[in-house]
Amino acid sequence: MLDIQFTLNGKRISARIDEAERLLDLLRYGLGLTGTKEGCGEGECGACTVMLDGLPVNSCLIPAWQVRDREVETVEAVPEAALSSLHESGATQCGACTPGVVMTAWWVRRNRDVTESHTLRQLMAGNLCRCTGYDGIIEGLEAWLAETGGDREDVS
Amino acid sequence: MKRVEGLSKLTGRELYVDDLSVDGCLWGATVRSPSPRGRIRSIRFGDSVDWSEFTVVDHRDIPGSNSVYLIEEDQPVLAADRVRHLHEPVLLLAHPDRDSLRRAVAAVHIEVDPEPPVLDFRISPRPDQIQYGTDNVLKHLRIEKGEVERALAKAPHVIEGVYETGAQEHVYLEMQGMVAWEEDGVITVTGSMQCPYYIVDAFEHALDRPTERIRIIQSATGGGFGGKEEFPSGIALHAALLALKAGRPVKLIYDRSEDMAVSTKRHPSRVRHRTGVDADGRLLVQDIEVVLDGGAYVTLSPVVLSRSIIHAAGPYACENVRIDGRAMLTNSPPFGAFRGFGAPQSLFACERHMDRIAAELGLDAVELRRINLIREGDSTATGQVIRDGADRVAVMERALELSGFDARRAEHAVFNVAEHTCRRGIGLATFFHGAGFTGSGEVFLNSEVHVAGLPDGRVEVRTANVEMGQGTLTVFTQLVVDRLGVGPESVVIAPVDTAIVPNSGPTVASRTVMVVGGLVERACGDLRETLGLGADGRGEVLTLAIGAWHAAHPGEELLGRARYRQPEHIEWDDESYRGDAYGAYAWGAYVADVEVDLRTFAVTVRDFVAVQEVGRVLNETLARGQIQGGVVQALGWALLEECKWRDGALENWQLTNYIIPTTQDVPPIRVEFLETPYPHGAGGAKGIGELPFDGVAPAVANALAAAGAGDPRTIPLTPERVMDLVMGSSPPYEDSP
Repeated sequence: MLDIQFTLNGKRISARIDEAERLLDLLRYGLGLTGTKEGCGEGECGACTVMLDGLPVNSCLIPAWQVRDREVETVEAVPEAALSSLHESGATQCGACTPGVVMTAWWVRRNRDVTESHTLRQLMAGNLCRCTGYDGIIEGLEAWLAETGGDREDVS
Repeated sequence: MKRVEGLSKLTGRELYVDDLSVDGCLWGATVRSPSPRGRIRSIRFGDSVDWSEFTVVDHRDIPGSNSVYLIEEDQPVLAADRVRHLHEPVLLLAHPDRDSLRRAVAAVHIEVDPEPPVLDFRISPRPDQIQYGTDNVLKHLRIEKGEVERALAKAPHVIEGVYETGAQEHVYLEMQGMVAWEEDGVITVTGSMQCPYYIVDAFEHALDRPTERIRIIQSATGGGFGGKEEFPSGIALHAALLALKAGRPVKLIYDRSEDMAVSTKRHPSRVRHRTGVDADGRLLVQDIEVVLDGGAYVTLSPVVLSRSIIHAAGPYACENVRIDGRAMLTNSPPFGAFRGFGAPQSLFACERHMDRIAAELGLDAVELRRINLIREGDSTATGQVIRDGADRVAVMERALELSGFDARRAEHAVFNVAEHTCRRGIGLATFFHGAGFTGSGEVFLNSEVHVAGLPDGRVEVRTANVEMGQGTLTVFTQLVVDRLGVGPESVVIAPVDTAIVPNSGPTVASRTVMVVGGLVERACGDLRETLGLGADGRGEVLTLAIGAWHAAHPGEELLGRARYRQPEHIEWDDESYRGDAYGAYAWGAYVADVEVDLRTFAVTVRDFVAVQEVGRVLNETLARGQIQGGVVQALGWALLEECKWRDGALENWQLTNYIIPTTQDVPPIRVEFLETPYPHGAGGAKGIGELPFDGVAPAVANALAAAGAGDPRTIPLTPERVMDLVMGSSPPYEDSP
């Protein structure tokens, strides 16, 4: 067992972890943050996407000890008010891929300059969705990016 | 109306089965057959594990009948002396620690004396391979209309073809899982499911207990697509058996690899067409043979076969039709329900065959369809006369117009001469999908819905139909708002808990809105009648009346009820397979524009147009989402999702090597609806969920043929298959599985 400290959704926390524990399991089973979902367990589907030091990562591929003294953000940190464009466009159906989609989309929203070099379809390609056919997600993200202001509130 | 549970899902608050924290819970796991067929010789528990820490369940712990109750009772809950497919459940284990459990599963050694398995559904079995009846035929069905042999003998042209489709994994993003516990003598299970009352039936038989001591609760369900229709019954039984023996709650959750390796898939198919046509392209006779791979047990294959053959002749008027269908036993994990339920397989064959007829006779494929599409008063293969006011030709013309079909075709002709590294083509498919259970199925289901007036004045809808992403909660809310004139905040959709909701049938067959929604509407009317209100008893008037009723009847329940009544126009004969197979059909015309790279043989879908007639659209965003999602899932089946087999089971059971479409593999899907209200569907709606799956693969294959990529007759059209087609080395069909 290891004791680590890290910042989770803006709060400094301590956790006792198993050496082989995945960040995904620490969040879900250790800390009760079940918003982050497991979809494949091997970094293919993106359902478990969280932000590590501001970058989207697959939490199923991150050993929990690697987040020691770093900053982790999960879907629980995204303000509900920021999600109305995705709600309106039909970006969620069954909801199992949704938290991962939201995290990648939130990263795009906070780093708009990436849309100058990449299309939204390229940026969202790491999140598999089996329900929407992706149009609802892409349209929702386009609308979210078009919303003026709110960048500060998005960081919550 | 926006999706009512949308924000709960976007924020991650929605609770799926693995999100539920259950006090004192053990983890469960399944020990499976290492062999596709044989007699179990021994089960050895390795010395590396302290087995006293574990709950171990085998077939002897099953109190009732050792079968997962469905159409037949041939599939064991846990194998007793024989196994019939790789990964078949044999033993169950439970332990508080997940890692210890994994090591224990690996420490159980099951030895099987092998018997010869059947691994190809297309080859007649040898005597030592017979495991069902005298010929391994799980179900044989036949449709006959007119005089087929005479018409074939007289037809000026007879065109034949054989078409094959592969299996497909559902890849619902939430894996299968159940939690079970016993409380006050009631076995309770919660988990991911489409059909809670299937599980009640399965428990009654295998656990030998009355329904009063069975409680099934749906947790938020992260996608189903049919994969959570019949398959969860087995997992629920496994979790319950462990919980009963352990005397503690047990959580049984599959990870992705277990889920993909052992769960049901879409039935592989082989369809043969023999079609007589006159010189103008009029269909004179259709002789069709459909063979499906059913897998190791009967499960739902008879009804999948039924829907497959009923759709096999396509949406065309033809006076002489014979369709012969067989579902064959193989030693694969059973194939099961999957969006479209057999229709996508037979419609792929039909629609690809239509383009081949056109090519062989030198006719235009669009014109061939224009001539033969069902007009008002024409009849389908089962003799069902179509008089629904929908215009099938108009659906096709709109798809052609929206896709710019003729102009694109002309552009591609120029492009394909100028370009040396790519070829482009555009393809069309016209198709239909019957909504609701087949034939008398809805009568047998005898669905019931309650709408309760609550003491606080709100209205609660009680059905067994689940939200799994398709929008049940939202559309049911809308229907009550429309009927009763109350605000959406005054409408509650009851949790799908068999202790609360009546049996309104399974959440399958595109029936939830059309059939169950219709019952919700009628139950609203019944509630109003119970209150003695007329048609103006809406909104505030209704809310006050509900409050007054409760004041006069303290502690009693105020219920509006509705039970299924077959619309009078439906007549069906199960024996002859003649009559009105479905209350209503949705009609579609899809166009795919594709490009094939002649160096990599990758296929890019450049544009996709989906036009359909689905009756009244009740929620534009949800309906569009169903079509777009269905089209993309079917693009995966058509182009990417190749199942590789070893010993009859899926070998590529990871998302690393089983490839489903990403954002970059598909174009925006352009959707348009034509709306002719269906008088017997809720709000005029017909079924919508499965329709989009039917027209995609043939449109893509027809587009590839138009691009000069040979004569595609087998899907998925992976780059390897497209290479064979382009290089001219493709056999008409291939060896698999």
